[in-house]
Amino acid sequence: MLLKRIKIGAYIVIAAFLILGFRLWQLQIMEGERHKRLSEDNRLRIIKTPAPRGIIYDRNGVPVVRNVPFFNAVITADSLMALDINAIAELLWLTRQDIEAKIRTSNNSPFVPIRLKQGLTFQEVARIEARRSDFPGLSVETEIKREYPFGKVGAHVIGYLGKITLSQKRNNPHLNDFPPDTLIGQWGVEALFDNKLRGIPGEKVIEVDALGRELHLIKKRQPVKGQNVQISIDINIQKAVEDAFGDKAGALVAIKPDSGEILALQSLPSFDPNLFSMGISYHDWKSLTEDKKKPLLNRAVQSQYPPASTFKLITAIAALEEGVIDATEKITCTGRISYGRWTFGCLRREGHGSVDFHRAFVESCNVYFYEIGRRLGIDRIYKYATALGLGKTTGIEIMPIRERQGLIPNANWKIESRDMPWYLGDTFISAIGQGYVSVTPIQMAIAVAAVLNGGYIYKPTFVLNDRKLINTVRIKPETVEIMKKALYGVVNNPSGTGQKARSEITAIGGKTGTVQVASRRKDLMTNERIRSHGWFIGAAPVESPEIAISVFVEHGGRGGIVAAPIARKAIDAYMKSKEQRVQGVKE
Amino acid sequence: MLKINKRLFKNFDWITFSLIITLSIIGIITIYSATKPPLDGGHPDFYTKQMLWLLISVAALFIVAAIDYIWIYRFSYPIYIAGLLMLAAVLIAGKTAMGAERWLSIGPISFQPVEFFKVFFIIAFSAYLANNHLAGKIPVKSLFIFALLPFILLIKQPHLGGAMLVVSLFVILSILKGINRKIITTVLAISIISIPFVSHIFWEGLKDYQKNRLVAFMDPSIDPSGIGYHINQSKITIGSGGVFGKGYLQGTQGPLRFLPEKHTDFIFSVFAEEWGFIGSLLLMGIYLMLFLRGLDTAARAKDEFGRLVATGITAMFFIYFCINIGMTLGIMPVVGMPLPFMSYGGTALLANFIAAGILINIRTRRFELFYP
Repeated sequence: MLLKRIKIGAYIVIAAFLILGFRLWQLQIMEGERHKRLSEDNRLRIIKTPAPRGIIYDRNGVPVVRNVPFFNAVITADSLMALDINAIAELLWLTRQDIEAKIRTSNNSPFVPIRLKQGLTFQEVARIEARRSDFPGLSVETEIKREYPFGKVGAHVIGYLGKITLSQKRNNPHLNDFPPDTLIGQWGVEALFDNKLRGIPGEKVIEVDALGRELHLIKKRQPVKGQNVQISIDINIQKAVEDAFGDKAGALVAIKPDSGEILALQSLPSFDPNLFSMGISYHDWKSLTEDKKKPLLNRAVQSQYPPASTFKLITAIAALEEGVIDATEKITCTGRISYGRWTFGCLRREGHGSVDFHRAFVESCNVYFYEIGRRLGIDRIYKYATALGLGKTTGIEIMPIRERQGLIPNANWKIESRDMPWYLGDTFISAIGQGYVSVTPIQMAIAVAAVLNGGYIYKPTFVLNDRKLINTVRIKPETVEIMKKALYGVVNNPSGTGQKARSEITAIGGKTGTVQVASRRKDLMTNERIRSHGWFIGAAPVESPEIAISVFVEHGGRGGIVAAPIARKAIDAYMKSKEQRVQGVKE
Repeated sequence: MLKINKRLFKNFDWITFSLIITLSIIGIITIYSATKPPLDGGHPDFYTKQMLWLLISVAALFIVAAIDYIWIYRFSYPIYIAGLLMLAAVLIAGKTAMGAERWLSIGPISFQPVEFFKVFFIIAFSAYLANNHLAGKIPVKSLFIFALLPFILLIKQPHLGGAMLVVSLFVILSILKGINRKIITTVLAISIISIPFVSHIFWEGLKDYQKNRLVAFMDPSIDPSGIGYHINQSKITIGSGGVFGKGYLQGTQGPLRFLPEKHTDFIFSVFAEEWGFIGSLLLMGIYLMLFLRGLDTAARAKDEFGRLVATGITAMFFIYFCINIGMTLGIMPVVGMPLPFMSYGGTALLANFIAAGILINIRTRRFELFYP
């Protein structure tokens, strides 16, 4: 009986062995590889070290961003426990509460040191280094911070950095290789050339124990600094524009007429990209986005306004090319033109009298342009306007914002969107750039460049020496010559509307425009909110243009008064900057 | 009392002895690896302490083996009473470790009385069963003395593992004796049912760490870095050994402290990581031989007392082994049972060697038919 039971016991023992043996086989053979990986994950930590970003230079080689060292006081969690918090607080010029708050908000991993204070001054660094032996575990960590020496100047172009977003990680899995708090380009050129600028982060594989303490360095790869980038912008122009605008809102775009390279692109009011260099605070972000002046709005590409009299450039090209008028033909301006029960006025109420093309353009005679608009019809105006790049996006790459396309109306458009027939009156006001017509400042810069370069429309670009033709318009050389004289006249004739753009240095040609916000004239100059918008488009030197420009001043008043001088300052800045460059080459 | 002669030496159970010596040496080697400091620096002295304890234990084994076990039989009740008193003393004057009072200090020596008590229990209960013609029944008085009393004393410590072990041994020895199934099932049922119902003693009375262990066993993934941590890390440690293991002193889980209790309860995991599936199977084979040898000793014992004691001791080793290995493999809850002969711990090693000594004693004297 007893023996039989002992025998049963032996079977039980053997059965237990089979069970345990099977389980062992399961863990070590079937799931062996997985468990090996898990144990390696336990043991090895991969630490990414950030790569310094490449530097961005303007077209003259002036750095528009810098990498500056930046110091943090950090301490490991377990050594903090052993130290007197009051003494550390005193050393760092903090309060005990500050330090306790940092401990609370730090992630609880003993592996990641707690940042007690960010952005130490050199004095503080020296103080900590001197007394470090009293505080084991306390150290100064060096980071690299992006600094924008020109601050607000050109912020819309240069852009800023921000944390990698989830959708960016999804679209570009490569970004997962970057340390989690890496800042990448999120705006402007920083974003556009981020691939080049961001470099390759370094990697350190270390062995750690269960408390996350570093034991051995297993492998190390140095980070690779990002490539430097030279962009087409001339920071001198940007600075001059910033000064010239003062506290007015608006935009300026300057391009090279023979390539589409953007020499300057300014939108005002601007913002300080340095705010973003450490990861922008909630407070700063909120005040930027809630600012009624909309500093984050890029008015050069995101705002569309009626082009007003600057559009006469397009109407003029259409009329001369289509032969509806001869430049010498005179049209009488009586100050107004009547059509049905409507009256369309001219800038000069008493009328210009009998004017030829040159005088009509220089003095911005509306009646003359009503007449040639009538002769052309809206379809031909539409044809030339769109051929010159209006009413559609220019294709400028300026992240992450979306460019607006403006509007060039025609009969179809009016039927479809307004459900109304096209009237001759619509043609009149369209011919002088009012009514439904709207454009962005960058479109006007490209249009004026195209008129003067003989009809070549280039894609605007920030890449130095880049050139991409997107469209050509046939413009006869004679027409270009007539236009050059007319544009020159606007600025340089005693009767021209753009005399305030006249420069001592170079021959500027241009056209002014004033967008009426209110209908009653006496309100125009008084009330800030309903004051007219001023335009100036132009180029210099007008004979063989090197710079084409478009200036828009929001509620600034008349274009000839407010926009023309800004254009002149920008062009002068360009010329001076060019002169220095030439001298620099000679030296 | 001590009769050491040539024949005794010839009949000595060298096989059992070499099995447990082999296990103990493997244990020390593994303790050395498990406690290896991650960086250069002094090696903790666990392995030297264990070596010292091994010497003491071997000496104790020979002494126990040399005493004719009839003497053990004769003194079984006083020994048992002493054991119960020690358990009571723990409750009064015990030292606390990890929320449980288990240690008793006499002068400079600290030890866990439960380690000795379970051996005493096996001796006394076997003696009781061998002594009495119970005809399939067991008096309530005896039920109290051999089951309920030690169960309560151990639960109070609280020593869940110890209490379960004593009940298990009670049941195994009773089955062996042929006690009526109904009585055995009643004891089992009462001790199992008492777990939820006597809420003072159980669940409510369980220390938090005990509750956590049970919860973690049910689902280790609930909180991998908290209560399920032990089990997960043990599975990773064992599994990462693969077929051939990482090699001696090449294990990372123990020395880098990912595996807690690496040189005590989880010594098998460290071994399995370094020696792999093949090494682990061989190690388990040594245990298998030890248990089968123990059962063989029981089968060959010259009297019923010897048979019961030998079975009880083998069963005790077996239960410890199954629960410990099962725990490291993640198929048993973490109840804190060391692996016999291998886990670090002087008291346990000594008690196990004494138990093995009794086993050897019984085998050695299987031909001595005359009671002195």
